[in-house]
Amino acid sequence: MDAVSSRSANGVGTGGATVRGLQCRECGQMYPTEPIHVCELCFGPLEVAYDYDAIGNRISREQIAQGPSSLWRYKLLLPIEGDRIVDSQAGFTPLVRAHNLGRALGLRNLYVKNDTVNPTFSFKDRPVSIASTKAVEFGFDTLACASTGNLAGAVAAHAAIAGLKACIFIPADLEPSKIVGAQAYNPTLVAVDGNYDDVNRVCSEIAEEYRWAFVNINMRPYYSEGSKTLAYEVSEQLGWRIPDHAIVPIASGSLFTKVWKGFGELVKLGLTSPGTPRMTGAQALGCSPVVTAYDGHTLNVEPVKPKTIAKSLAIGNPADGYYSLRIIKESGGVACAVDDGEIVEGIKLLARTEGIFAETAGGVTIGVLKKLAESGVIDPDELVVAYVTGNGLKTQEALTGALIEPIQVRPSLRAIEEALALRAEPAAAVA
Amino acid sequence: MAKQRMKFTFPPDLVTQPLIYNMGKEFHVVTNIRRANVSRDRGWMILEISGGDAEIERAVTWAKDQGVRVDPIEGDIVAG
Repeated sequence: MDAVSSRSANGVGTGGATVRGLQCRECGQMYPTEPIHVCELCFGPLEVAYDYDAIGNRISREQIAQGPSSLWRYKLLLPIEGDRIVDSQAGFTPLVRAHNLGRALGLRNLYVKNDTVNPTFSFKDRPVSIASTKAVEFGFDTLACASTGNLAGAVAAHAAIAGLKACIFIPADLEPSKIVGAQAYNPTLVAVDGNYDDVNRVCSEIAEEYRWAFVNINMRPYYSEGSKTLAYEVSEQLGWRIPDHAIVPIASGSLFTKVWKGFGELVKLGLTSPGTPRMTGAQALGCSPVVTAYDGHTLNVEPVKPKTIAKSLAIGNPADGYYSLRIIKESGGVACAVDDGEIVEGIKLLARTEGIFAETAGGVTIGVLKKLAESGVIDPDELVVAYVTGNGLKTQEALTGALIEPIQVRPSLRAIEEALALRAEPAAAVA
Repeated sequence: MAKQRMKFTFPPDLVTQPLIYNMGKEFHVVTNIRRANVSRDRGWMILEISGGDAEIERAVTWAKDQGVRVDPIEGDIVAG
């Protein structure tokens, strides 16, 4: 199969007629579908607006079921206007019925969305699939991002698939091991000599100045739409129903808001029965501006300096923090944080009960799930979906000193039997 | 003439200060407020600052020295 495919995913043709344009989330101003992300009137964020009547005329459960086993089965609900897609075959990851973890937490209807098994081992392959496809559509030759890990890997891999140049910016003090997963795809890597805020500012300026597709700046309205597929898949895998409660990690808040949007679209299109999930946001205590605002009963998010082992969630000034808080309030969910120790315990708990090795962000989700189950915020019979968004192999250092050491033995059967206490009695003679 | 868009976040002790006015007086920059939310003890402002590159830089450094947090309007761009 061609990686940059000119076939139409699931035989539904182009999605062009289904996109109305970009719309400001603050003032409602409409814009054409271009590589822009900020409203010129109020500087509010832009997001993709769809013609749901047109989509409704073409989409059905059967039509989706005939599509590929990837996020492209939902192409009609994505802002793709041409036939060429950058296909890493991301998405359609397992929804695990978590009996063992549920038993441990007293939850009878628990599922884990295992997004650790995407092509570059995190959910970032979803938004980057859309951003890179749009970059090709818009005629860009360079895909760019500023990242400390997961996003870098996803961007570098998708640029490789699409034949685009990749340019990745990192803070100069970042340990090289953090971006090996991106370097393998041979991007141009730029270490910016400055602190985190300097990297933020300079990347914002670069995106203004150069005609590059910066996935989470000028491509952000399209990029973020990819995360909606995490809602579509869960609903389809549940037999086209909406879960009672979704536990979703919050970094910028983009994933959180798009999971909500995704469920809402399915209801609007009649693909599921009416309903809304309680949306609960999970953060690491060392970077929890949304939880702090939630606890303070305000929608104003105060930026913080991150200090947590959950680096993939370490966004101190979340662009979608305000919108996430509104959703939490509207849906009846909560925002909850766990400390580094609870994150490590969350990783271990998920691994030993369900055989899923999650990165630190997954530890945050499971840690929050545990906390809310124990405190009774989650009803034992609620249908709960916990989103685990990245693979544990990416953050192995987080478990240093937290795992059981190997048992050292001499190379003899007797020594192993003694070490493992396999025989209480002397061995019987073999006839 | 350069233009830069940014978000100013004010701590409680600066909320009552005429900081944007003072910045305009102190430096040769034009400030254009597009969105804001200011309460009794907190406030943020999305604004566009126009002027020479060096003058904008000086004005923003001055605002930071006063205790204002200055961020890109996109929020944090460096993602995990």
